[in-house]
Amino acid sequence: MFVYADNAATTSISKTALDAMMPYLTDYYGNPSSLYSFGQKAAEALQASRETVAKYLNASPKEIYFTSGGSEADNQAIVSAARLGARKGKKHIISTQFEHHAVLHTLSRLEKEGFEVTLLDPHSDGVIRLEDVEKALREDTCLVTIMFANNEIGTVQPITEIGALCRERKVPFHTDAVQAAGHMPIDVQAMNIDMLSLSGHKFHAPKGVGVLYAKKGIVLTNIIEGGAQERGKRAGTENVAGIVALAAALKESCDHMEENTAKIIPMRDKLFRELAKIPHSKINGSLEHHVPGTVNMCFEGIEGESLLLMLDDQGICASSGSACTSGSLDPSHVLLSIGLPHEVAHGSLRLSIGEYNTMEQIDHIIEVVPKVVAYLRSISPVWDELEKGERPHLI
Amino acid sequence: MALYSDKVMDHFRNPRNVGKLDDADGIGEVGNAKCGDIMRMYIKVDDGIITDVKFNTFGCGSAIATSSMATELIKGKPIEEALDLSNKAVVEALDGLPTHKIHCSVLAEEAVRAAVKDYYDKNGIAYDPELFKESEDPHGESCEN
Repeated sequence: MFVYADNAATTSISKTALDAMMPYLTDYYGNPSSLYSFGQKAAEALQASRETVAKYLNASPKEIYFTSGGSEADNQAIVSAARLGARKGKKHIISTQFEHHAVLHTLSRLEKEGFEVTLLDPHSDGVIRLEDVEKALREDTCLVTIMFANNEIGTVQPITEIGALCRERKVPFHTDAVQAAGHMPIDVQAMNIDMLSLSGHKFHAPKGVGVLYAKKGIVLTNIIEGGAQERGKRAGTENVAGIVALAAALKESCDHMEENTAKIIPMRDKLFRELAKIPHSKINGSLEHHVPGTVNMCFEGIEGESLLLMLDDQGICASSGSACTSGSLDPSHVLLSIGLPHEVAHGSLRLSIGEYNTMEQIDHIIEVVPKVVAYLRSISPVWDELEKGERPHLI
Repeated sequence: MALYSDKVMDHFRNPRNVGKLDDADGIGEVGNAKCGDIMRMYIKVDDGIITDVKFNTFGCGSAIATSSMATELIKGKPIEEALDLSNKAVVEALDGLPTHKIHCSVLAEEAVRAAVKDYYDKNGIAYDPELFKESEDPHGESCEN
């Protein structure tokens, strides 16, 4: 059985999105910047997509900028706020320890340019506290950037409250909503959001297309120069087909959000319930504040990459925050930020499911994971010591 | 997965000599849990020949595969030959490893040496301490104890 359980990494393209984009790959390939009507056909599709995206975020079409994805949107939002701040002598930015690297690396670069960055602690439940944001705010704070939902552990942040606080203190507020868009209701006005990033391929649009929402009045700094596209703020011939697909996929995801969530939650809860029966396992992140589809757990005494390879042999696609899978020597910064010891974080597993998964697939995961964990523990000297009491169990 | 060669995947899926030796003559353990890999190697020695070898490993796919390959390469060999086992030989026997996984092969080499040293120590066999000089930490600066 093949089970794709890595929807937080990327998703399949929906038929709706594919059908919507197809004509712009085949028949209507004109450049939207061209004068002739053939090009204008593409320009019209672009405008219609902008209106759709705006509608589903409760924004104005003029506040929607299409980008190459979530990372570019994050880069542009943060750099723009930093430039605006610097002009007023404000060079302090508040963010969190468990942001996506698109945010963290952009902030590191700004630090080298003389900005001061405060990274808030997400506590052991993976939820940022409003009072921590309040305490960190300063006279010279030029941006608060806090993710809507965490990509690894799926915890949802108090966005509306943080937004209200920022508005009261007149500090621009950006949120990386890559894991939330299409999966949870987003209303930039009601949630007091000034800038928001999203990425199409997380909700069944193709890879390589995203959105930056920037509230009217926020002057964006260009990351890509070279043309008048996106009202002069993002050069480069538009990815028309991708943008059309993104709008169609966002519409579809939002229109079916309630039924999708109703389908996903019982599958997710069954995974949590059954996998938590594995001895010395731990669920990561608050379940109270959680996106529908993400399950993140740690199993003591094993290492994540071997777990993923063995799951792959059983047809299960998942991910892990172990050092070997993070491509560095340290395990995931997200798992460390919620206080997990390295030893435990190495044994993490993320299963992210969507509306295309079935209960039979969930049952397959539930059958396979405990066996693989037991096998890897049987060949692990660490587990041996844990069992003999020579090494204390950490979870 | 294209990350690893077929040989690595074979040794990962069907590790040779996995387990423990209750009557081991030498036991070597290297790595640490914080870094995400620990190898423990058990050897049985008769007349200077490694007659049996087993391993337990906590770690990624290549950590398990390099441990398995190392045991194959030293089983039945004179102990001096085991000491000559280099991480390069393990990598070659596995048809290569991704660059960031080379440290696993270093751990495998060190696990063998640690087991031999333990055997020498337990049996009062004199050796040149230079033989077991601490090699450079394959993990580099990060992930210290």
